[in-house]
Amino acid sequence: MIEYPVDSGQDRALPADPGKQVTRDASGVGIAVGLSGFAFGVMAVSSGLSVPQACALSLFVFTGASQFALVSALASGSAPATAAAGALVLGLRNCLYGLRLSTLLRLPRWLHPLAAHWVIDETTVVALAQRNRASARRGFAVTGVTLYLFWNLTTLGGALGAGALGDPAAWGLDAAGPAVFLALLAPMLRGTVERTAAAGAVLLALAGLPLLPAGLPVLVAGLAAPLALLVAGRRDGDGAGTVPGPEAV
Amino acid sequence: MAVWSAIIATAVGCYLVKLLGLSVPAGALERPAVRRLAPLIPVALLAALTVLQTVDDGTGGLTVDARAAGVAAAGGALLLRAPFLLVVAVAVAVTAGVRAVGG
Repeated sequence: MIEYPVDSGQDRALPADPGKQVTRDASGVGIAVGLSGFAFGVMAVSSGLSVPQACALSLFVFTGASQFALVSALASGSAPATAAAGALVLGLRNCLYGLRLSTLLRLPRWLHPLAAHWVIDETTVVALAQRNRASARRGFAVTGVTLYLFWNLTTLGGALGAGALGDPAAWGLDAAGPAVFLALLAPMLRGTVERTAAAGAVLLALAGLPLLPAGLPVLVAGLAAPLALLVAGRRDGDGAGTVPGPEAV
Repeated sequence: MAVWSAIIATAVGCYLVKLLGLSVPAGALERPAVRRLAPLIPVALLAALTVLQTVDDGTGGLTVDARAAGVAAAGGALLLRAPFLLVVAVAVAVTAGVRAVGG
């Protein structure tokens, strides 16, 4: 674990009270992204779900992209099994995040069933951005708590208010999701390998969209990660140990 | 009932997938190739999600509408180092604005 200072488990020279800074940044992400639960609540109910159904999704699925995918599939008349399969495929990336987080956070085994529910895009990104294990754990927990709280409260608010609001698209709320993903992605694009992976993923996703069932283009685009490593390896001659960890702040 | 069964299946499946990733023995990530690959995977997935949620017309087709303007504005805000919430607010406001003038 030489490439990632976060994995050394040792504190380095840090600014005064880094814990407070981590808490502030993490709760900022949690609150901002959590507020977009409003868009989900509105969309779910205007797609024909009941308020309890919209809330159950945010409480128990708690991974935004899968929730949006499930609702839009059901609204377009997919069979329940097909809709669930699409949502699950989209949720598979959380498995990869979990793999990454398990070595970063090194949580005790008894905490896994609880922590697992919070293994999503935002908590992973915040945890990976920290420079040591203590900060990563704090970032993960604070993002998880605030995001879970706000996401569920705003889902309820959006679901209850959907009738009054009308079409969520008229309010531009359908742009909140991609803007959130872009804001999470931007700080990761530090090196050539990361940019290659992102560009490759965009091309694969666009090519896959008309060809593959919903949910699969994202997974196919994930292949851009190993492809970018191959390209980088070829450029460097051997590629061993030359790829910088994007989280090494 | 059909909707509830889809919700329960998604909830159980998504939870188990998260738990699996977190609980796989740490040794699985100790190999150098996996260690270099792991941080690139979220980069690829987030890039794909960004572009797909911007241009997906919901039926497997591509469309460029007000969302693209909103997300482009968010990109501009990021270049100017705007805070997270402002970036999202810019995207929502620009999208709504472009739609309001008939984009």
